[in-house]
Amino acid sequence: MTQPLLFEISRPGRCAVRLPDLDVPPTDLPAGLVRSDLPLPEVSESDLVRHYTRLSQMNYAVDIGLYPLGSCTMKHNPRINEEMARLPGFAYLHPYQDEETTQGALFVGYSLQQFLSEIGGFAAVSLQPAAGAQGELAGVLMMRAYHIDRGDPQRDVMLVPDSAHGTNPATTSMSGLRVIEIPSDGRGNVDLASLETACVEHSSRLVGMMLTNPNTLGLFEQNVEEITALVHEHGGLMYGDGANMNALLGIARPGDLGFDVLHYNLHKTFSTPHGGGGPGCGPVGAAASLADFLPGPVVAMDVEQSEEDAPHFTLVVPPKPIGRVKAFYGHFGIWVRAYTYVRMLGAEGMRRVAEHAVLNANYLMSAVKGVYPIPYDRTCMHEFVCEGRFEDAPDVRALDVSKRLIDYGFHPPPNYFPLIVREALMIEPTETESKETLDRFADALLAIAEEARVSPELLYDAPHNAPVRRLDEVAAARNMILRWQPE
Amino acid sequence: MDLIPDARYTESHEWVRWDGDDLVCGITDHAQESLSDVVYVELPDVGDELETGDIWGVVESVKAASDLHMPMGGQITGVNEALEDEPEIVNKDPYGAGWMMRFRPSDPSQYDMLLEGDVYEEFAAQEEG
Repeated sequence: MTQPLLFEISRPGRCAVRLPDLDVPPTDLPAGLVRSDLPLPEVSESDLVRHYTRLSQMNYAVDIGLYPLGSCTMKHNPRINEEMARLPGFAYLHPYQDEETTQGALFVGYSLQQFLSEIGGFAAVSLQPAAGAQGELAGVLMMRAYHIDRGDPQRDVMLVPDSAHGTNPATTSMSGLRVIEIPSDGRGNVDLASLETACVEHSSRLVGMMLTNPNTLGLFEQNVEEITALVHEHGGLMYGDGANMNALLGIARPGDLGFDVLHYNLHKTFSTPHGGGGPGCGPVGAAASLADFLPGPVVAMDVEQSEEDAPHFTLVVPPKPIGRVKAFYGHFGIWVRAYTYVRMLGAEGMRRVAEHAVLNANYLMSAVKGVYPIPYDRTCMHEFVCEGRFEDAPDVRALDVSKRLIDYGFHPPPNYFPLIVREALMIEPTETESKETLDRFADALLAIAEEARVSPELLYDAPHNAPVRRLDEVAAARNMILRWQPE
Repeated sequence: MDLIPDARYTESHEWVRWDGDDLVCGITDHAQESLSDVVYVELPDVGDELETGDIWGVVESVKAASDLHMPMGGQITGVNEALEDEPEIVNKDPYGAGWMMRFRPSDPSQYDMLLEGDVYEEFAAQEEG
C-alpha cells in the first residue's frame, strides 16, 4: 500500500479543523460516557485532503469506467439528479419541520410512491427501507404479518431457488422462518416439478416464495405465471427480489406476473449512487392485500387538487404496519434523485432503459461466446453468466480472469456467483455503455482468454498495474483483523 | 477425485464410515477441491439430535458457503475441534484428519441406502458437466 493510514501520519497537536467558540451554556456529559483513551488521529487539513484525494485516485468508480457487476446494476448517475438533490429547499430540510413548510418534499415522496407503484404494478409503496436487504426484510416480515393476521401463524416455510441472491435465505432466517431450496432445471428456470413437490409437502406451513426475475443467471423465468399460481394455490405469497428490475422497466410489471410484494433498489434501477457512494434506498411495493402491513410512515394526499384547493400531503402510518424500519422517513435525498430520474425519462424512456440494458448484455454475451463457456445458452436479459475456465488452460480460474481484468482497466464482474455455475463470471454492462466501451471490454476478455493459454502466469500474478497486487483472500478470511490497532 | 473404499457417500458430497457404533462424517475430496481453500467450518453441538437431511454445519471457502447435511438421522457424539483453528486440514486430508463430526445413527441399516464410491464418482462427474 503506497498511502499510509491517517493513524500513521498522525502527529500530536496537529489539527485540521478549528471549532467556533462555544455559544451555548456548557453541559457536562454524564459520568461513564466520558473516555480519554480513544486514540484519534491528529492531522493537518492539507495532509487530510491529500490523504483522501490520493485514496480516491486509487479507487475505481462508475465515473471512471465500465463497472460490470452482475445483479448490481452499476449504472451512470445522471448529474441532474445531484443538482436537484442539492436544491436548498431539499438539502436543508429538517425532519422535524412543520408539515406545512415541507409540502414540496412530501409531493416528491408521494409522486415517487405513485411512480414505483405504477412501474411495479402494485397498490402501494413505502419508501422507508434504507437499502435492498432491508427492503427484503420489510417484505418478508409483511408476508409473515399477513399470515398471522389471517390466523395462520404456523406458516414458517419459505421457498428459495438455488440461484437466489444470498440475501434471500439470509432474510428468511432473520425473519424466523425456514428455507427450503428449490433446484433449477436444465434451462436455468425454477424446476417446476420440485416446486410442486415442495408446495404440496409444506402446503399448510407455506409462507411463500422469494423469486428474482430475471434470475441471477440473467434469464427470464419463463414459467413465472405457473410458479406464482402454484404458490398462491397453497396459500403462499410471492416475494419479488427487485434487484434485476432494470430488465423489466416499462415492459413487464411484477404485480401483473403474480408478485404480492417486491423491493426496488433505487441505487440500482433508478440511477442513484451505489456502493460507497450511497446511501441506498430499498422501497417496498405491495399488492392491495398486503398494503396495510407496509412499514410507515408513508406519504398520503389528504386534500386532492381542485379549483379552490392546492393538493395537500401528509405522513400517515398504514393500518397494520410491521413497524418503522428506518429513522424518520428514509433516505430523502435519494428519493429526490430517483424522482428526477423517472421524470427525466418518462414512460417511454423507462422502456428504452430496459431495452438497451438487454441489448448491451446480449451484445457482450455474443462477443465472448465460444471462448467463455455459457452454461445456459439462451437469449439473456440485462446480464449473463459465463464460466471463467478454459479446456486448454485447466489451472486458470474465474478469479484469475477477474484479477487480470483490473490490469486492462476494468472493474471485474462478480465471480463464483450464482453458486450453481462453476467458475461463474456474472456480467452486467447496463444501458448507458456505448458500443465502443462494450467492444473494449469484450476485447479484454478475449485477450485474457488467449493469455490463459499462452502465458497463464500473467493471470496468476495479476493484477500487475494496481496499487496493490493479488491480495491473500484466504489469509484474510482465516485471520480476520477488522480494524487498526495501536502498536 | 480421491475416494476411500470403506465409506459411503451422499449427493450433497459428504462421506461417512463406521467407527464402532458411530459414523464419522466429513466432506469428499471432490467437495474440498470444488470449494477451494476452506476458511471456516461451523460444527454442531455434541448431543444434537438430527433427522436425515437436516443441516448440521456449514463449510465456508473464499468462493462459497455450503450447508452440511445429515446423511442419516442420529445424535452427534463428537466434533473435530481442530478445525476451529486449522480449517485448512479439510483441504489437506478430507478423509482423515479433516473429518468433521461423528454421530450415533438412529437406524444403522440406512447406511446401506447411501451411495457407494463408484456411484458417487459417477454422480459427481455428471454434476461437473
